[in-house]
Amino acid sequence: MQPIRTRLAIAVVVFGALLLGALAFAPLVGSTPISLARVFDRSVPFADNLDAQIFFIARLPRVVAAALIGASLAAAGAVFQALLRNPLATPDTLGVSSGAALGAMLAITFHLDFSVSGLPTIPLASFAGSLCALGVVYALATGRRRGLSTTVLLLAGVTMTGFLSALTLFIQYLADFTATFRTVRWLMGSLDIGSYGPILTVLPMLIVAFGMFATLPRPLDLISLGADAAAARGVNVARAERSALISASLATGAAVSIGGPISFIGLVVPHLVRLFVGSDHRLVLPSSALFGAVFLIVCDLVARTAFAPIELPVGIITAVIGGPFFLWLLTRASR
Amino acid sequence: MKTMQARLAALPVIALVLLAAANQAAPPRRIVSLIPAVTEMLFAIGDGQRLVGVTSYDHFPPEVSRIARVGGLLDPDVERILALRPDLVIVYNTQVELKQRLDRAGIGYYSYEHRALPDITATLRAIGARIGSADRANAAAAGMERAFAAIRSNLSGTAHPRTMLVFERDPSSLRNIYASGGYGFLHDMLEAAGGRNVFDDLKQQSVEVTTEIALARQPDVIIELWYGDSVSALDLPRRRLAWNALGSVPAVRNHRVYELVGDEFVVPGPRVVDATRRLARTLHPEKYR
Repeated sequence: MQPIRTRLAIAVVVFGALLLGALAFAPLVGSTPISLARVFDRSVPFADNLDAQIFFIARLPRVVAAALIGASLAAAGAVFQALLRNPLATPDTLGVSSGAALGAMLAITFHLDFSVSGLPTIPLASFAGSLCALGVVYALATGRRRGLSTTVLLLAGVTMTGFLSALTLFIQYLADFTATFRTVRWLMGSLDIGSYGPILTVLPMLIVAFGMFATLPRPLDLISLGADAAAARGVNVARAERSALISASLATGAAVSIGGPISFIGLVVPHLVRLFVGSDHRLVLPSSALFGAVFLIVCDLVARTAFAPIELPVGIITAVIGGPFFLWLLTRASR
Repeated sequence: MKTMQARLAALPVIALVLLAAANQAAPPRRIVSLIPAVTEMLFAIGDGQRLVGVTSYDHFPPEVSRIARVGGLLDPDVERILALRPDLVIVYNTQVELKQRLDRAGIGYYSYEHRALPDITATLRAIGARIGSADRANAAAAGMERAFAAIRSNLSGTAHPRTMLVFERDPSSLRNIYASGGYGFLHDMLEAAGGRNVFDDLKQQSVEVTTEIALARQPDVIIELWYGDSVSALDLPRRRLAWNALGSVPAVRNHRVYELVGDEFVVPGPRVVDATRRLARTLHPEKYR
């Protein structure tokens, strides 16, 4: 086997090339044909240039948002799976996504979306929701004895997901009748953000999260052999776990606050990536982030072109593509 | 002898038929309406006093505040409806479960569905016939039709600007925009008010409008409808600001983005006449000086 550096270089180049291809191709396609020459035609002022406005306002922000959200959810999924040594651990199954959704929903329903003090309220509420959900789940899983019980963690996560979804529905039910439809639509996920504002507001959170992700691969590799083994090799297990949970919550909260709860990415992408790069987290984590970005860009491309000019909610596409694909992966793995 | 027997045998049948006819003829006196539009129709033809239950979302006319509330489209309170002992319930066509329970309870219902503009007057006439107020209902329906004809004739010969009629949007951004498609009462109201729907080709009641589609359709006018509890006139200029991002849309460039507030736009009852006049005044101010 080649040394890790070579394999990392190959993985980054291959997945990076895929991402660059998706980033370059996706903004060119949509429900309306546009001409690249007119997009970059400086002789027409931007305010009057329809092609440029479609390219820079309607398409580019959503492609960038898809890339960031896909990368965040996929990387968070990879971190959760490594940390809990369980292939089913994802932002969706641990209650993190539903916590983030509940936080965002509270902010939207109670009209906190006008950021009065300059602080973006929806991403913060979303992050607070994801962190609270994970905090409860984590406290339950570590409470009874030393170390982390992955069974308790997963069961508590599934329970929290159900509980928090019920709270979300409850708030919806109490809300103004006309707001009900808006919140239901929000829960299906959408990337049509129409400006760069939502991306810029969560960018600091994402930078912190990805900075923390960068320190995780080695501890995660050792933890996946067992907490005791990791401790014996000098890993501060408790600190690594904490930093993994916080960074993954941060990434999930940021992602959900832009696009709503988009499911299946945290589950499908890391597993798919492992088929190609193996289980070393120095490879899995960056590859998941890169391929997660590609996956969501492609799903969003399908969502906005399949029935154009009618658009499908992107969360439906990720589930419809991701679900059967994951089942196929399972049958393949069991053979 | 035989004819006598035959006549005697026929008596119960005749009695039953008469009874059924009498039953049919007795106009309902206790009506529960789960459709705000029909509630408004009943008040408009002077039969509002027969209503014993309305939805929790009714605001118009002010008299509805004195009537019992029984939930709405998604959450009708069946127990409360039955407790009001209605002899007619106005339900939405998709409330299948409610209809089954009313059937079991032996309570008559009228099944309603939002459709196009002509269906509003058709519903008015049908409801009138059902509750024994056909004359007044027909007169009210004819009055509405005359009003629409007057609006149309006033605007004949004017250029009809390509208009996007938005009935749902995030107040602070261009997300989750929904506009009237080329079918339904909103579409018909827009056409009657002298506008051409930019989504004419999409024969559905609502279209989810992405920023790309808003840009690509290039509407000359954008009219946004706001309703519900949380709208104040103060918010409207700020809500309009969101559109400034799309400078290449003619409506934005020419400052023809309008914000209108009122429940009458989304309740397809008798007030659609006023709502259509407001749309017409917005689209063709020169005709209403």
